[in-house]
Amino acid sequence: MATAAITAERENYLNQEYGIKSWLLTVDHKRIALLYLLSITFFFFIGGFFALLIRLELLTPAGDLVQADTYNKLFSMHGQVMIFFFLIPSIPAVLGNFLVPLMIGAKDLAFPRINLLSWYLYIIAGVLMVHCMLTGGVDTGWTFYTPFSTAFSNTKVIEAGLAIFISGFSSILTGLNFVVTIHRMRAPGMTWDRLPLFIWAHYATSIIQLLGTPVVAVTLVLVVLERALHLGIFDPTRGGDPLLFQHLFWFYSHPAVYIMILPSMGVVTEIIPCFCRKRIFGYKFVALSSISIAVFGFLVWAHHMFVAGISLYAALIFSALSYLVAVPSAIKVFNWTATMYKGSITFSTPMLYAFGFVGLFTMGGLTGLFLAALGLDVHVTDTYFVVAHFHYIMVGGALMGYLGGMHFWWPKISGRMYPESLGRLAALIVFLGFNLTFFPQFILGYLGMPRRYWQYPPEFQVLNVLSTAGATVLAVGYLLPMVYFLWSMRYGKVAPDNPWGASGLEWMTTSPPPTFNFDQPPVVNWEAYDYEHIPAPQEARSGG
Amino acid sequence: MFDTFPLWPTRASTTAGSVDALFIFLVTLSALMSLVIFTMIMVFAVRYRRRKGVAAEQIEGSTALEVTWSVIPLFIFVVIFVWGAVIYFKERTPPRGATEVYVVAKQWMWKLQHEEGQREINELHVPLGRDVKMILTSQDVIHSFYVPAFRIKQDVLPGRYTTAWFRPTKAGTYHLFCAEYCGSQHSGMIGQVVVLEPAQYEVWLSGGGASGTMASNGQNIFQQLGCSTCHRSDTQGRGPDLVGLFGKPVQLEDGRVVTADENYIRESILTPGAKVVSGFKPIMPVFQGLVSEEQLNALVAYVKSLNPSPSGAAGGPTVVPSGAKPQEPKVQ
Ligand code: HEC
Ligand SMILES: [Cu+2]
Ligand SMILES: [Cu+2]
Repeated sequence: MATAAITAERENYLNQEYGIKSWLLTVDHKRIALLYLLSITFFFFIGGFFALLIRLELLTPAGDLVQADTYNKLFSMHGQVMIFFFLIPSIPAVLGNFLVPLMIGAKDLAFPRINLLSWYLYIIAGVLMVHCMLTGGVDTGWTFYTPFSTAFSNTKVIEAGLAIFISGFSSILTGLNFVVTIHRMRAPGMTWDRLPLFIWAHYATSIIQLLGTPVVAVTLVLVVLERALHLGIFDPTRGGDPLLFQHLFWFYSHPAVYIMILPSMGVVTEIIPCFCRKRIFGYKFVALSSISIAVFGFLVWAHHMFVAGISLYAALIFSALSYLVAVPSAIKVFNWTATMYKGSITFSTPMLYAFGFVGLFTMGGLTGLFLAALGLDVHVTDTYFVVAHFHYIMVGGALMGYLGGMHFWWPKISGRMYPESLGRLAALIVFLGFNLTFFPQFILGYLGMPRRYWQYPPEFQVLNVLSTAGATVLAVGYLLPMVYFLWSMRYGKVAPDNPWGASGLEWMTTSPPPTFNFDQPPVVNWEAYDYEHIPAPQEARSGG
Repeated sequence: MFDTFPLWPTRASTTAGSVDALFIFLVTLSALMSLVIFTMIMVFAVRYRRRKGVAAEQIEGSTALEVTWSVIPLFIFVVIFVWGAVIYFKERTPPRGATEVYVVAKQWMWKLQHEEGQREINELHVPLGRDVKMILTSQDVIHSFYVPAFRIKQDVLPGRYTTAWFRPTKAGTYHLFCAEYCGSQHSGMIGQVVVLEPAQYEVWLSGGGASGTMASNGQNIFQQLGCSTCHRSDTQGRGPDLVGLFGKPVQLEDGRVVTADENYIRESILTPGAKVVSGFKPIMPVFQGLVSEEQLNALVAYVKSLNPSPSGAAGGPTVVPSGAKPQEPKVQ
């Protein structure tokens, strides 16, 4: 590889400085993105390990692999780790961190030091969480429902609560940084209607992070105080109200679903036009739908509480509003589909993930319609139907998008290509494994198997075995990219600056980009997704 | 008793049929919607796969299309919303004349008591074809009363009552699950609902060895705790007359008007100061911590039984003159 030697000479953000200090004290958004990548991957495998143990326990109806208390800790920490330490930071803190400045033609984020601070907060939170896990763990579920969490659980609730509290500040700072950056640092000519939709999605996400996260932070502080000082805010024997906790918790935690899914939608909205060689269908509507999801997302929290003891009329209002928030999601699915119309489509790995995303997200969204239907929700809430539904959204949707994005921008991040055929294989395995794992859970839920059950009646076994089988397939699908990404860093083909022939400023700089992103400050005088004027690459044309 | 590999849950209540109908409708609708979307994606993927010399056609978008595919789903959503709301409304409104069962949940068991006085643990016997209203509360954390065969679920909260109801349509034994995570033995907090033919049920009821109805137990407690010194039916007492209270609007000292439902009676006993009846002084002692959940249930059942007109109240209309046997509930 003669070209490799020549390209490797070029100075870029990776080879500009060496040594551990140059990484730990970096203020370069791209290096911070990689720090995040390492940390969230670590937590992803911890969360995944818990998930595997959960699935193994459920292989048989009896509780036999682990103790009941251990099982309760496993699903609690699986949820906390996957949500607060993997999914919420995943796309924003890794891909968003890396791409937001590149995509808008900026040198860095608005506050590079705050960006580093947010990673350190994440690490402090992570260390606390790991310490909590190693010294006994926590068994409250990721939902911390009171009065169980405040007065009955004898596990490390305070420590877990504080860990999530701190990670929340990391999330707030990232959101703040993005909002300011998108407002203030756009290159000349990069108007709001020329922004990549990835940026719109991150803008909407940041708003939720800024407005929602403080609420969950305060709620967790209240839980900690109530537990430590017996305040009586949620404890009915002291005049408190346990439902107050649920309102506060879901006020953040419902929008948090959109923190996880919106960035993923942003990723897919970049991938689909690129591999269709077309501008996105209905740019304005896709952008607006992100914003309306962020806004309406704040008005539907009590749909988690239809059987919790809220009033009939509150339930009616929250059900109606939940249907309203489904409309912008539907709009997105239709626009992605329409973008394919009269395109020139290739099926590279990122595109396969995008297809997977659209399929699984659609199923997740449609089953959301079941849950928002009041009379039906009574039967299926708190069963495996809900478990299946949110995994279709958060794993089938958010995680698929994250993997698609990692494949799409990996050449830019690492300067290397991953093996395309292995990439496609992994995408297929993930898709099949995912459906095998979670589809049976819809049936289990309708049959009435409650969630968070350590042991269950024997008639549920067949479906549980299928689900566990799927989980092992899924695990292979996740390990594979991890292996070939690492492999490609050394042995992968050297990536050209724009391997996919994609639009967007990030592709106009070198792969990997130099520390200050662009040798010349870019000036934008074209519209977004200007595929008419970008030649399709040679490589992507070949099939299988 | 249970199939080894069922694909559809048993349908054993009047609610189950309507929930299933909506479910089938939604499954069909979702299948159609995904079929449309996935077929379009497939067709486009094949029809517009990359070919030499054929470039993509740049299309800006179409406001007409955007409006169409926003309004049509919205319209469908309204239909689902209304359908779901109608079922929910029925689920949340216990019919009059239902027999009542008081449920106290605790880590990790269900304690149930029929208004006729029978007590059960983790097992509930109910008559076929009759409405049963559950009045639920928890002694510790939040639990959830879930009978999949009836398609009903209701969270059970500490410090207040929630209610649920069902009418069984098929004799048999069905799962009772706790559906809200409640600690170590959450998955062990299970039991059975046994639906009996009415005749069998009467036999079961008479063999229970219950010492009096809940209302008559309640009356004893009412006496023991000295409630009767203030609450008397001769308007001479220092407290309001409780006869006919249940289900009626109550004018409060602070101007509010509330309906005297189970939660109101419960609160009036535990923390009387929270809602003081207009025209009375807040002299009633606080009973919070002095009565057990079971005693409280009996007191509530007693106060409810003091209703002269069966049609007046929504819920527990049976007239139980002190100490007398409850009247035979009618099969509806
Ligand atoms: C010292 C006298 C006194 C005693 C003893 C007492 N109460 Fe009361 N009770 C009152 C007064 C006065 C009120 C009206 C003011 C208020 O709402 O606090 C009242 C109100 C009530 C109400 C609401 C009545 C309405 O019309 O809305 C209920 C129910 C009730 N009491 C039940 C009980 C029960 C059950 C006990 C025994 C466990 C009891 N009370 C013991 C004085 C008493
Ligand atoms: Cu329970
Ligand atoms: Cu439970």
